[in-house]
Amino acid sequence: MSFTQFVFFVFAAVAVLSAAAVITLRNPVHAVLSLVLTFFSTAALWLLAEAEFLGITLVLVYVGAVMVLFLFVVMMLDINIARMREGFARYLPFGLVVALIMGAELVLYVLSRAPDVAPPAPAAAGYSNTQALGEALYTQYLYPFEIAAAILLVSIIAAIALTLRRRPDTKYLNPAEQIRVRRAERVRLVKMKSES
Amino acid sequence: MMELWTSLPEDLRTVVVILLKIVVILVPLMTAVAYTTFAERKIIGYMQVRLGPNRVGPKGWLQPIADALKLLFKEVVVPTQSDRYLFFIAPVLSLGPSLAAWAVIPFNDGWVLADVDAGLLYVLALTSVGVYGVIIAGWASNSKYALLGAMRSAAQIVAYEIAMGFALVCVLMAAGSLNLGDIVRGQTGGLLHWYWLPLLPIFGVYFISGVAETNRAPFDVAEGESEIVAGFHVEYSGMAFAVFFLAEYANMILISALTALMFWGGWLSPFPSAWAEWPVVGVVLGDGLHWFLLKTSFFLFCFLWFRATFPRYRYDQIMRLGWKVFIPVTLVWIFLEGVAVALKLEPWFA
Repeated sequence: MSFTQFVFFVFAAVAVLSAAAVITLRNPVHAVLSLVLTFFSTAALWLLAEAEFLGITLVLVYVGAVMVLFLFVVMMLDINIARMREGFARYLPFGLVVALIMGAELVLYVLSRAPDVAPPAPAAAGYSNTQALGEALYTQYLYPFEIAAAILLVSIIAAIALTLRRRPDTKYLNPAEQIRVRRAERVRLVKMKSES
Repeated sequence: MMELWTSLPEDLRTVVVILLKIVVILVPLMTAVAYTTFAERKIIGYMQVRLGPNRVGPKGWLQPIADALKLLFKEVVVPTQSDRYLFFIAPVLSLGPSLAAWAVIPFNDGWVLADVDAGLLYVLALTSVGVYGVIIAGWASNSKYALLGAMRSAAQIVAYEIAMGFALVCVLMAAGSLNLGDIVRGQTGGLLHWYWLPLLPIFGVYFISGVAETNRAPFDVAEGESEIVAGFHVEYSGMAFAVFFLAEYANMILISALTALMFWGGWLSPFPSAWAEWPVVGVVLGDGLHWFLLKTSFFLFCFLWFRATFPRYRYDQIMRLGWKVFIPVTLVWIFLEGVAVALKLEPWFA
């Protein structure tokens, strides 16, 4: 077993175990952290497959941004753990059916491509995954790429438009106006005769 | 000795060589971290017309060692009803990414542990992972102050990461590469060829976002002594606290090093290349590790300078600066830079 294979098996084992932990751990914060570990190990596996751009982007987007927000929300929840475990037996058959279908699909897919599941030959020395991806995206797949970008932009604008509402009750202060304040606008010097 | 070495399996030898390189990077780094804490106290002391620590050793030079020993022997108190495992994992998660990022930092031409093509992306990914230490520490401590600190920190880091990412997009557009070594080599040609000039606003955005990402003053609301005691690490004591401290300073050095590499030409000398031919002084005036260290030290000094100069930002203004100022600035600059790249503007985008 070469060193690369050893590293592969370590990360693969961590990925599978932590994925199992995501659905078995009782504490939702622990589950989210296991999911983070799963993403991390998967990213390491992608690195081993010489897909460094994808691997690092996975860490950047999912671990660095999406899961932070997840954790943010889960930490704030006051979850009653006993209630969450109630429906387990009731949903079990349905869950098993879904798991069976997904497992069967996976096995079918692997079997149908059995000849080419052998590990791919290592790329040439000058190969850069980042460059190869960029070239493919901006030449061969330019239109699908641009259309996907446009759809994402529209959905971002839609999400912002949905949550944007005027709130007259906030005490928001405009810093520029705060700085521009002059004394005359706030204080008035009044001369009064003493009333003794 | 040589025979023993060659008799080892090749994979084992690779591992040993990599481990040795890691030691060569980490030992000076950790020393630098220890003495940055000393420098901080001394520099801020002088800026406030005090002497700073001057009792331990000659002129106080052994102060960091005394501090480390004190922290080592202090008891680590675990709060009741805290999450024991996460409580101890949090400092490690905080320190790990800030050390791992040094793998792709080129110290001189070719002096780099891992010369990967996606180096810039790797650094960005790791700096964004560092927030987990803070969040987990805040949650696992089972303390209101710690949780509030963690929330503030998470919101702040997520906000400034976007501006930072866009700033890095500008750098990669200028260099045409994600490899940090290639980014520095793209700046060859003297002071005016370094990217600070064509990317001046971006340099500002990056460095300020860096200060915000490391939770340093004036963006240190995550600690905010006057409001939430010490924020996310309020429940930590002894070595567990020291590890957070190490992570913060290692991150500061990392951001300074990255700023030096991406905007100020890394190991490149500011003088004309002909000066490197001069006898004796040529070694100093030419490119080399010392320029990189000098530039990094300058930005590190700026971190301390900021802390002594600026009052803490108000929380809503931090958010406003991140979302409403920095992100629009970077977006406009990306567009302008795109035009400059298309026109092949001399000498940076040729």
